[in-house]
Order: sequence, then C-alpha cells, then structure tokens
Amino acid sequence: MTVHVARDLDDALEHFHADAGAELLAGGTDLMVEVNFGRHRPASVVAIDRLAELKELRRNGHVAMGAGVTYTRMLEEDHGSRALREAARTVGSPQIRNAGTIGGNLGTSSPAGDTLPVLLALDATVALRSLSGERRVPVRDYMTGPKRSVRRRDEVIVSVEWQDAGEAQTFMKVGTRNAMVIAVASLALVADRSRKRVGIGLGSCGPTVLAAHEASRFAEGLFEEAGWDRTLAPSEAARAEFGRLVASAARPIDDVRGTAAYRRHVLAVMGARALARVARMS
Amino acid sequence: MRVSLTVNGEKRAAEARDGESLLTFLREELELSGSKNACEQGECGSCSVMLDGALVCSCLVLAGACADKEVETVEGLSSGGKMHPLQTAFLKAGAVQCGFCTPGLIVSANALLKANPEPSDAEIREALSGNICRCTGYGKILEAVHAVAQGARA
Amino acid sequence: MSVTMRQRVRGTVGESVERPDGAPKVKGEFRYASDLWEQGMLHGATLRSPHAHARIVSIDTAKARALPAVRAVLTHEDLPNEELYGLMKSDQYPLARGKVRFIGDPVAVVAADDAQAARDALKLIAVTYEPLPAITDPIAALQPEAQPIHDRGNVIDAIHLVHGDPHAEADVEVSGEYEVGMQDQAALGPEAGLAIPDEDGGVTLHIATQWLHEDLRQIAPCLGLPEEKVRLVMSGVGGAFGAREDVTLQIHLCLLALATKRPVRMTYGREESFYGHVHRHPAWLFYTHGAKKDGTLVYVRATIALDGGGYASSSPAVIANAACFAAGPYRVPNAEVWSIGAYTNNPPTGAMRGFGAVQTCFAYEAQMDKLAAKLEMDPVALRSKNALKDGDEIITSQPVVGSEPVSEVIRRTNALPLPPAGRASNVELPGGAGNLTLGEGVVRGVGFAAGFKNVCYSHGFDDPCDARVRLERDADGPIAHVHTAAAEVGQGVVTVQLQVARTELGLERVIVDNADTQIGSAGSSSASRQTWMTGAAVKAACDLVNAELDRRSRDRGVPRDRLERLLDTPIEHRITYRHGPTESLNPTTQNHGHVAFLFAAHRATVDVDLGTGLVKVVQVATAQDVGKAINPVAVIGQLEGGIAQGLGLAVMEEVILKDGAVKNASFTDYLLPTTLDMPPVVADVIEHPHPDAPYGAKGVGEPPTISSTPAIVAAIRAATGRELNRVPVRPDDIVFGTVAASSWRIVPGQDPRGAVRK
Repeated sequence: MTVHVARDLDDALEHFHADAGAELLAGGTDLMVEVNFGRHRPASVVAIDRLAELKELRRNGHVAMGAGVTYTRMLEEDHGSRALREAARTVGSPQIRNAGTIGGNLGTSSPAGDTLPVLLALDATVALRSLSGERRVPVRDYMTGPKRSVRRRDEVIVSVEWQDAGEAQTFMKVGTRNAMVIAVASLALVADRSRKRVGIGLGSCGPTVLAAHEASRFAEGLFEEAGWDRTLAPSEAARAEFGRLVASAARPIDDVRGTAAYRRHVLAVMGARALARVARMS
Repeated sequence: MRVSLTVNGEKRAAEARDGESLLTFLREELELSGSKNACEQGECGSCSVMLDGALVCSCLVLAGACADKEVETVEGLSSGGKMHPLQTAFLKAGAVQCGFCTPGLIVSANALLKANPEPSDAEIREALSGNICRCTGYGKILEAVHAVAQGARA
Repeated sequence: MSVTMRQRVRGTVGESVERPDGAPKVKGEFRYASDLWEQGMLHGATLRSPHAHARIVSIDTAKARALPAVRAVLTHEDLPNEELYGLMKSDQYPLARGKVRFIGDPVAVVAADDAQAARDALKLIAVTYEPLPAITDPIAALQPEAQPIHDRGNVIDAIHLVHGDPHAEADVEVSGEYEVGMQDQAALGPEAGLAIPDEDGGVTLHIATQWLHEDLRQIAPCLGLPEEKVRLVMSGVGGAFGAREDVTLQIHLCLLALATKRPVRMTYGREESFYGHVHRHPAWLFYTHGAKKDGTLVYVRATIALDGGGYASSSPAVIANAACFAAGPYRVPNAEVWSIGAYTNNPPTGAMRGFGAVQTCFAYEAQMDKLAAKLEMDPVALRSKNALKDGDEIITSQPVVGSEPVSEVIRRTNALPLPPAGRASNVELPGGAGNLTLGEGVVRGVGFAAGFKNVCYSHGFDDPCDARVRLERDADGPIAHVHTAAAEVGQGVVTVQLQVARTELGLERVIVDNADTQIGSAGSSSASRQTWMTGAAVKAACDLVNAELDRRSRDRGVPRDRLERLLDTPIEHRITYRHGPTESLNPTTQNHGHVAFLFAAHRATVDVDLGTGLVKVVQVATAQDVGKAINPVAVIGQLEGGIAQGLGLAVMEEVILKDGAVKNASFTDYLLPTTLDMPPVVADVIEHPHPDAPYGAKGVGEPPTISSTPAIVAAIRAATGRELNRVPVRPDDIVFGTVAASSWRIVPGQDPRGAVRK
C-alpha cells in the first residue's frame, strides 16, 4: 500500500486522479476499520488530513464548512447550526470526534451518518472537485444508496455549504446506549423562519437519508398560519399528525440494531417532540 | 514504508507494514506496548494516544500517514521513574483491576484535565465515554480523576 | 504474640491496600498475554467452521502450505492422537474431526512468519463440508426425536430436584415464562498466548487463563505429552469473568510450537474472540410460585432449559447451580425443579460470572414481584418475610449456617438513600446526548431484587489450593515470597495474598511470585472462591512458617520478634488447603452440597422515556454480604464492576444469533455500558464472618451480577407497567409491550422432554 501525504489540494487532486486504485484518507474512522478487519486493503491511499484548504470554516449568512472540519470543531466553533452541533455531540466518542470529519461522513455516505440528516434538512450543497473542475451537488441528490453517492472516483469533497437557517432547529438520535452508538433512527428538523422553509432529514431508516416532504409542507402550513416570525405551541393533534407524516416517509428495515416497527414508532415520537421544540424557538 | 515521527518527545523511525495502524506500529515496531488492542475499531479507547495534541484512537490512524507527527502515549506520562499524578491517583483510588483499559483511560483523562482542569462529574463522564472498562464500573475511575482535579486546585 | 506485630505492619487484612501489580499497569509496562514477544516467534491463526453443523468431507491444505512465509498448517490429521478435551465432559477435539458443531468450531491452525501471512494462509485452506440440519432451539434439541449433535445425544445433564410436597396447598399462585438472552463476558484483553518448545520435547506455554492446572490437565493428553513436559506460566490477564475457564487457543499454540520447533504467538481479534470463547447460557425458565395469603412461600415449581451450544464446557455445573438456586434466598418448604441443558449448534456456552444463578434470579425475582402484586404486599416486605435465616434449608435440603445475613442484606439495601429527584442536566435523561427529550415522557421507577449463590466448588468437586511461603533475609532484612498458582484476572487475589502474608508474618516486605505450574493447583479464579481458598492456603502456609519461627526462637533462646536472627537459613513451607467436603448432588436430599453461600440485594432507580422506550439507570444501591472485606476498596470495585455487568444484561448486552451465526460480533453492536450508562453505586458492605473462611472472608465477585439485573428490570416495570419477561430489555419491549413467549407448552416443574409445541 503506498501512502501519499498530500501537501495541498492540487497535489491531492493530481495524485488522486492519476491513481485509479487510490482512496482518500482523512480521519480514518471509517476506512481503518475496514483495513483492520482485513475486509478492504486499498492499493494506495492519499492522506488529506493535513490540507489547510479543507479545514476552513466561513460564516457570513452563508456557511462554508471545509470537508476536513472535525466533529470536535463542529461542537466548538461557530457555524450557526444548532442541529449540527447536537448531531456532532452524538458521534462516537471524544476520540472519534477529534478525528472524524464532515467530509468523511459524506464520503462514506451511510444512512446512519450523523451529520447527513442535518445537511439534508439545511438543504446544503456538497462541493466536489477534481482535476476537471468543481461540481456542486445538493445533498438531496448526493446520496444514491447505502454507502453510495454521486461522487466520481477522482472527485474530492472539498466543502459543504448552506445558508444560515436561524436558531429554530434540532437533531435527535435514538440509540440503545448513551455513547458510541450507531443511530437506530435519527431526525433533523430545521425551520428556517426567514426563508419560510421547513427542512427534515431522517437517518438510519432507509437506504439513504430521507426527506419527509409531506411533513415539511404540513409544518410549513402551521408556521404560515401562526406567522413565521412568531413562536408557537402546536396542538397535540398537530404534533401527532406531524409525527405520523415523518414516520410515513421512512423506509426502515429490521436489523441487529432495531426493528422497522420500532423505527417507525420512534420517528413519530421524535417528530412530534421536534416540532414542539423547534416551534418554540425564534 | 519508513515512517519517522516524534513519540513521547523522542524522534523515532521504523518500517510500517502495509495498512498498519499507528497502534500496531507503536506496539510492534517501536516496542511501546502500553497502548492496547481490544477491538481494532475505535469502540473501546484502549488504544488512546495523543496525536498532534488531540486525543484519538490509534487503531484508526494509518501509521504510513503519520510522518513527522507528534504522538504521546501512556509511556510518556511517567518519566525517570516518577509517575504522573493521574497514575498515582488511579492506584490510590482502586481504579485499576485487570488494567487493560487503564493506559487508554489515563491518556484520555489527561487530555481532559489539560483542557478542563476542574471538570464536573458529568464532564468527566462525557470525556471518558470513549473508554470502556469491563472490570470497575467506572466509580473508582471517576474518583481518581476528581482527586487529581482537586489536588491541582489545592 | 502476632497481635503486637500486626499493629506495626502496614497493608494488612482489612486495609485498602494498593495492588502490587498496579504501578506497572498504570505505566503501561504490565505484560498481558497479547504483549508477549519472543525472538524468532511465529504468528498463529485459526480457521473456523462457517457452518453450524456439518460433516467435514475433505480438507486441502496444499496451497496454504506452499506460501513461503507459512511454517505449519495443522488439521485433525496432524493431531498426535484422538484425545478429546473439555472442562467437565471430554467432548471436543482440538481440531474438528468428522464434524463441526457450531459456526466458529476450529478446523485448522496455521503458523507463519507474520500475522498477515497467517491470515492469508487461512484463505487458501480448502475445506469441503456437507452441511447438516442445525438445531438452534435448546428445547427442540432435548426432544427424543431430535438429531444428535454428539453421539451420546443432546442432553448434557438433567437434574430433577424434589423437596417436600411440590403440590402442597397454597392460597395464591403466580406463573410466568422468562427468557434470558446470551451475554458475553467481553473481557477487554483478547485471547492470547505464546508457546515455546523446550529442549526436552516439551513445551512452555505463557497464557492468560483462569486455571493453569485445569488447562494443563486438558492440554497434555492432547499433545501426547506427560504433564511434566508441559509447563504453564501465567501471563497478564485482561479480565476473565468466565471466558478463560475453558481451553481456547492453548492446545493450538502448543501444537504449532511443537510442529515448527519455534515459539508461536496467537492473539484473537475482537470478532474472533466472540467465536473463540464460551458465553453465558441463554435460558428459558418456566415458573410457578405458591404462597399463603400472608405471603409465606409454600412452593416453587420450575423448569429451566439452558442452551449449552456445540460443546459442554461447564454446562453440568451451570445446570446444577440453576437447580440449587432456583428458588432464591428464601425459605421454600416445597419445590420441584427440572434443570436441563442441551447441546445445540449455537456457539458453546459455559462459565460467566453468576453461573446459572443469574438466569434463575431473573425469573424468581420477577415471580416474587408478581406474588407481591397479587397479595397487595410491599415487594421488599414479602422478601423479608421469607428470607432465609440461620438453619433454614434451601430447596436441596441444605441448611444455611455459618453466615447468612439475608434479612439484613434486604433491610440495609432498602435503607440506602434514594437518588435526588430530577437530574442535574438534560444529558442525564434517557437517550443522553441523543437529545430526545427535555423531560417529556420520562417516568422514574424503583425496583428491588435479592439473590444468592454458592462460593467455592460444590457437589464433591475437590478444588484444593496449594501455597508456598518462603521467609528469608536479604541485605535489607527479612523478606517473604508467596507462591500460588492463583490466577490474577483483575479481581485482586494477588493483593489478598500480599495482605494475608503481611498479617500473618508481621512483615511488610512480601513479594507475591508469578503463578505457574511449578506449584500445585490453586483451583480456578471463579465461583468467587479465590479470597477464601488462596487466602486460607497462604494463611495456612504462614502458620507453618510461624510455627517454625516459634521453634527456632525457643531452641535458640532468641526473642520471637528478632526475625533477622532467626532467619540465618530460610524457612519454606508448602501446604494444600481444602475447604470442608461437600456431598455430590442428590436430587432429593442433601445436607452439604455447597461450602457456603453469598447473598446480596440491589435496588435500582431508573428513568424511562415512555415514548422512545429508552432507559437510563439513575442509581443502583446494594448491600452485600462478604463475610469480611479483606480489601475494602477492592470489594467496592468488585461490587461496582459486577453491577455494570448486571446493567449490561438488563438493558443492552446480547449476543444476537441467527441460525447459529453471531450477528453482532463486535463492540459496535455488542454494547457494553460506558461512563454515560453506568450510574453511581451506593454500597453497604455487610460483614458476618463465616467460621470456616479465612478471617471470615467468604467471597465477593458474583453476587453483584446476580440480583442487579432483576432489580433494574423491576424498576423499568414499575415505571412502565410492562411485563418485561426477557432480558436484555429492548426499547421495543417497552413501547410495544412485547412479551417473550416460548414456542413450547411447558408446565413448570415438569420435564421438558416430551413437551409439545404451542
């Protein structure tokens, strides 16, 4: 296995393009598990964990988070997304959070990736770069299946970007242990009051992270009626209906971590609670 | 491939095998077997080390990508026969039983206290949530960390 | 005369002494089996069966042997003889011969220059199997028409225990079916060892194990060597909890070392570890309790079916324990119990902390709560009312005598302060940082349970302990060496030996030598027995040393406390200590099947989020009867650690099997409690010295895992109103009220053989 420690982004792109068997290595928290278990041994690796260009974080109404930003930085730095911070807090352990990156979460593209429902709810865009140039793909079009995405073999995720969506957002994750747990189901809810848009992302309940369009429209209706600039306390019936719509958007399966029936149930519970919580936030 | 890096303040170099993790590199190539392998997938924290000042699971770090990096292991915490206050505290509190998790815990607790010298109980628990102990139930471990935090305060 | 000396010596019995192996452990210098290294060593790897049940048609190792880095490839054809091994029944070949009986059954082993080459070689071994139907339901395996997994049939052991009149009249009756899932010991230190061939054709094995001599007894015949040519040396143990009671890689390592004439090291990864050692027996338990209106227990009828997996391991003893402890620490005048273990094609089961008493405690404590509800009695009062007292018989007819503070254990547990209402922060709510609730849907519940089991080995099993104490002087003065074969697995027996020797000899300078087979057996580090057995053996050896010191003092006219003058020549004594004899298991009457008993109770407080079904254990309170706390801090460590394992079984730990395959063989999906799952423990240590035990110290290790699980589940029931007849409790069980139901119609107290499906 050859290891090329990239000096800068162009260097990384060149090596990555030239070597068809090369794989990217940032935090290593996904790739190294495969390597340690002998399940996968890339012929060559391009290490991108030292690239300063990928570690930038800019926020000025528009947030651009470099792919190399770790979960610890998502917890500690000002990117304006409460839901992302809440999601980062649930990832693994301090050790994992110091190494794992948002680019890695997107690169692995697992439906259980904790930031992915948030990025979907934020209507974020993934910036991919190769030697041929840059491509921008909305997160909603980015994942195509479990651990599959539209990223081309020679593309490097350089950043993920979104518009500041305000304070009214939350992330919830169900796991049968309080740390280091892969989500049984997760939900991100963003009520962008200035853009009058409700974004939802569901994790671990389908082959990709999923939106819940009917639920989004329903919530938008509630906010519209109450006034987008107002906080509100949705009725129990409204909360229950929202939860029902959230659950109905899921396509869960039975697996070692949970049953489909439980996932649907808990998505409805999370949905009802998330709506109440977010509606109270201005 | 040959990898040169700094370990516990000392320049070290050795051949890294294909796909070798930093954990295996430390244990087999550099003969620093204090960091332990209990799960090989970052789920137990027994392999915890400091890498360029950040606490990580060394089993998830590719040795071949570590050129010129700085690593601190449990072996670096005691020098010249003198133990680190955390090591003494763990012993005094009865926080060591089989001890397999102990090196990783001490490295993690040290990382915590460097960043947060007076952590609350909840903060200690969250900071150590990546370190599994199967013997102690964590009670004595928390006592030991509190004792060091209080001792430093005194 | 030793009283005066004791006051001047530090680190004696009763003090919280620092462990003698502690400094190396905290510095990362302590050598565990997986840290062993020898110049020129080869690396071993194991090929395991992918089938739960299959005939081995052929094995072709040619391609594997052809790899340049491979030094040996062994299959059953390379075994020196046809010896079988096993802890209690010799039913397993070192490498499968003829048949494989579980997914993971070892079929071949390889030694190569490096670990990767060894793993590559495994892929090149071609095994042709003829799959056979696999039986994964233990009750199905017990039926007369079931296909035999072993020639002798699928019943490992069947115990039918009858006490008094099991159908005596009662005013109320409650029944239930209960299921206990498969728990794993999950010791952090993986299986590992290093075998070095010796010049005399023998072999030295450095190994992490619970019982050196029992390993030796099984290894030597399989190697075709006399025991004198097989030397075992204890290496550092990274936890055990029963997982190291059986032979795992010992014979494989020795075979490879002898075949290659090179040192060979082998370490299991975590995934292989799940396949490579025995697990706790899953169980189905069918119970009926009868009581008088005032709560006096009248009868317990129970049928207990244990899944023994592909090989027997210590199943016979687990089956016996389940029967003996089927009714709990209560006065039960009438009982009928069938306890039966079956071979299946699931991964083998054997010793895990609690050993049969865990499974029954979950069932009988659920029953006691059902009874209390039916009688409208307080659950703690019901238990107190029926608590065993000195001289009362357990259901085997053995009276509990010597030390049995059951009422006190119950009372003092219940008296411990409850945690404060509410929580310090939202992250302490069920789901933690998962941010699922800010308090909505969260209900608190409290539950109580009591349990017991034997300490030391039972039913006529002789488990002696040898100890040698050598007292001499060096440049710095008198120094003592203590040598036993007691396996230090983390529990602190090495410290106990240190404390006992210091106390008895009146000397601080004591070294506990490493355990090996150069001295006689200390028995297993299991059954909570090492404090009693090794403690007593070291004490007895010290007594002999002291007697000789007395003699020298008298003969020479030298004061007894002038040790340097009495130690011109060393004094060394070796002794074999045995506990009092026990009777073999007799299903109808037995006065002395067990040496003594250990009792504990737990009270758990939990918060449950009724919407998500997630649980946070808020506090566990416990009072435990230890006889005497040799090392108080170490005792608390055992209590807290055992409770963590009980919590794991209650809410998160299960080896999930499908058709004999482990679906979650990793720490990603076999979940162990973290610092964010384990609550504070409030503990009250009760000391009623047992007259036969050294300093009255009975033992500590297992009771914390026995009644902690049912206490937590009882708390969840209190919070949710759900029946919860299965552990581990899943969120599904809470939100949907799922009740585990056996597919067999079994009447408690009846033989499950011949049962019909529902």
